[in-house]
Amino acid sequence: MLLEFWDAIKLLSNLDSGLAEIVLLTIYVSGSAVLLAALLGIPAGTWLGMQKQGKVKGLTRLVYTLMGLPPVVGGLIIYLLIRRQGLLGTFGFLYTPTAMIMAQFLLATPIVIGMTSVAVRSKGKNIHETLVSLGARKGLILRSIIWEARYGILGAVIAGFGRVVAEVGAVMMVGGNIEGKTRVMTTTIVLETRKGNFDFALALGLILLIVSFIFNVILYQIQQGGASDDE
Amino acid sequence: MMNEILKIKGLKKSYGKRTVLSVKELSIEKGSVMAIIGPSGAGKSTLLRIINRLETPSAGEIVYFGDTKLTDQSGNIELQRKMTMVFQKPTLLDRSVYDNIAFGLKARKFEKVEIEKRVISALQTIGLLELKDQKARTLSGGEAQRVAFARALVLDPEIILLDEPTANLDPANVGMLEALIRKINLEKGTTVVIVTHNLLQAKRLATHVAFFYDGNLLEYGDMHRVLDDPIKDKTRDFVEGRMIY
Ligand SMILES: Nc1ncnc2c1ncn2[C@@H]1O[C@H](COP(=O)(O)OP(=O)(O)O)[C@@H](O)[C@H]1O
Ligand SMILES: [Mg+2]
Repeated sequence: MLLEFWDAIKLLSNLDSGLAEIVLLTIYVSGSAVLLAALLGIPAGTWLGMQKQGKVKGLTRLVYTLMGLPPVVGGLIIYLLIRRQGLLGTFGFLYTPTAMIMAQFLLATPIVIGMTSVAVRSKGKNIHETLVSLGARKGLILRSIIWEARYGILGAVIAGFGRVVAEVGAVMMVGGNIEGKTRVMTTTIVLETRKGNFDFALALGLILLIVSFIFNVILYQIQQGGASDDE
Repeated sequence: MMNEILKIKGLKKSYGKRTVLSVKELSIEKGSVMAIIGPSGAGKSTLLRIINRLETPSAGEIVYFGDTKLTDQSGNIELQRKMTMVFQKPTLLDRSVYDNIAFGLKARKFEKVEIEKRVISALQTIGLLELKDQKARTLSGGEAQRVAFARALVLDPEIILLDEPTANLDPANVGMLEALIRKINLEKGTTVVIVTHNLLQAKRLATHVAFFYDGNLLEYGDMHRVLDDPIKDKTRDFVEGRMIY
């Protein structure tokens, strides 16, 4: 095990361009998916977290259930949409990075919505009422509550990224693992493991961890230095 | 005819089948200090929350500023901005002390210079100028409630609603906040509605008193009249400390 690890590190030190491409594509696909999921999921989750619990019980359960959507099912849904006969078939998304972003977006969004709503709800209605009483309009209330729940929301985005960057099923299904085109780190790891290239697979696993770590650090920095939402 | 700033008519609030508040009629005079007293669970907070439009009544209406405004028009931001509430337990925003006090002014799009002028002046009044850049979450209970007061006062509201604002404070903080309440009432003519279970506080501050019992407004009027010479037996029991609850 230790020896394999050493070989893995040696491999990392002479990154070839093919590997760099895989890493960059992974970051591009999962990063875009999470960015889009955050753009939709943070406002939606904030709204959900601000509603009376009884009123949105059904919706909350649905979101929580979708948080556990198996990647292959997410992939299948997108596949059916974008295959030639599908609703979005004319765009030719199948086996492109765009298709992979769509699938991962589908997987990340419920996580961002669900965890954001929990973060907002835990802030309680006291914050909401205080803001109303201070004469804030709806838009400012929404932004202020997002700011108050920023740590929890940051966690939601990190969890969303962690989920999609680690999944294989969806990107495999809609991306097809085409070399130089739709091959990302997880699908490469699967492939290399099957071929018996354990060193290489392990090296990729290590890079995946590093990517995830850097993403966390960047998000943390953004949140630390982030401006408040003042008008 | 007195100058009514708030007139409550046939107001009711029910949760399910239970009516927790019922007020046939209550007028609050502009520039007065109305103390709302009564045992716990009497509906005092509910009344304040309805006035501040945090809660919609099940029936009835409130006429604000002599202008008929249905209470369920929750979108009326102009009306909302003429009053503000200080809660028993202050909820400060996770920002600096300065930003907390400035919040309502920024929401109203005041000029930066004016905001700074008001916030600094308020900070001096509550004796927390040196803490202006500190995170609000690091404040003690008394300091936090003073900031919540300052945050309300900088808005120069026509009506200030106070829900047991000094219930958890030490005497020094209580003294400071009572002095502040008196000051804005006298100097700015701000109408004050204060829920308190401290009868001495009601005596010190109020011009008028309303006594609530089990969701009903039993009587209200001039402070001395209600506290010294109540009409209803229940009110007498309460002010003489004989009510067991
Ligand atoms: N959201 C609610 N749902 C059900 N009952 C409530 C709710 N809010 C308040 N009540 C009830 O209404 C009554 C009056 O409450 P409140 O106005 O807070 O009393 P007070 O401030 O006089 O102590 C209490 O019995 C309380 O339990
Ligand atoms: Mg109360």
